[in-house]
Amino acid sequence: MIALSDYLILGAILFGLSVAGIFLNRKNVIILLMAIELMLLSVNMNFVAFSYFLGDTAGQVFVFFILTVAAAEAAIGLAILVVLFRNRQTINVQDLDTLKG
Amino acid sequence: MDFQRFVFYVFAAILVFAAARVITVRNPVHAALHLVLAFFTCAGLWLLLEAEFLAIVLVLVYVGAVMVLFLFVVMMLDINTSPLREGFIRYLPVGLSVAALIVIEMYMVVRARNFGADVMAIPERHPEGYSNVRELGSVLYTDYVYPFEIASVILLVAIIAAIALTMRKRPETKYQNPSEQVAVKSRDRVRIVEMKSEKKQ
Repeated sequence: MIALSDYLILGAILFGLSVAGIFLNRKNVIILLMAIELMLLSVNMNFVAFSYFLGDTAGQVFVFFILTVAAAEAAIGLAILVVLFRNRQTINVQDLDTLKG
Repeated sequence: MDFQRFVFYVFAAILVFAAARVITVRNPVHAALHLVLAFFTCAGLWLLLEAEFLAIVLVLVYVGAVMVLFLFVVMMLDINTSPLREGFIRYLPVGLSVAALIVIEMYMVVRARNFGADVMAIPERHPEGYSNVRELGSVLYTDYVYPFEIASVILLVAIIAAIALTMRKRPETKYQNPSEQVAVKSRDRVRIVEMKSEKKQ
């Protein structure tokens, strides 16, 4: 049978991979958004696992809300991306220096 | 090794592989498709955890809507990926070491000694006829009804924000103005000119 620690370790590996993705693809906004989705997925995995092993439905309700917020975030993020590309003809993070940051 | 454990390891291997491909492939379309694979296998793992409703929602909402949106945007934008890959090799060591550090630290916390089967007992399977959707709904519409409504407002805000951000008025586009069309009068359009009939020469 599968223990809780197996699921938690799997979530940790997923989270680590998405952190590495943010480091590696630090110029491509689309891949950055995908890495954030992966992070949310790993967090959701932990929530579902704890909900199952503790016998508490609250964890699944939390996952439901996280999915809602993540969908909204993806929609707005992609809309910003489209506007960005329309104005600058690029999605390279390095070129987005209008604010002199 | 029982069948459940075998399924878990197969799905976990596919999930890790897909996640690794998402962050390493050159083509963003391939990355999006591997992310779809990752969501699918994650839904399978959630089915093992008896979270049937969330597994189906993950496939329907994430694979069906969000990832399709991603694919649309990736294909719509004409992106030259070669400059975006610059620094991939340069940041590979630091990225991998930070990720490895995070995974090792998390492993120290969540390893089998702290959350193993003997510490956290594996719960009994639910009996036949048990409905995960019913239980989730009975909690969601009673205890969590206000957060549920806030979530709906968040979705509404996201809809309006996405439309407001991407809508644009182009001056060269021709479009009809219905209020002007309705308000038009016949005397604005037709001018009757009085003139005498001419004689035949």
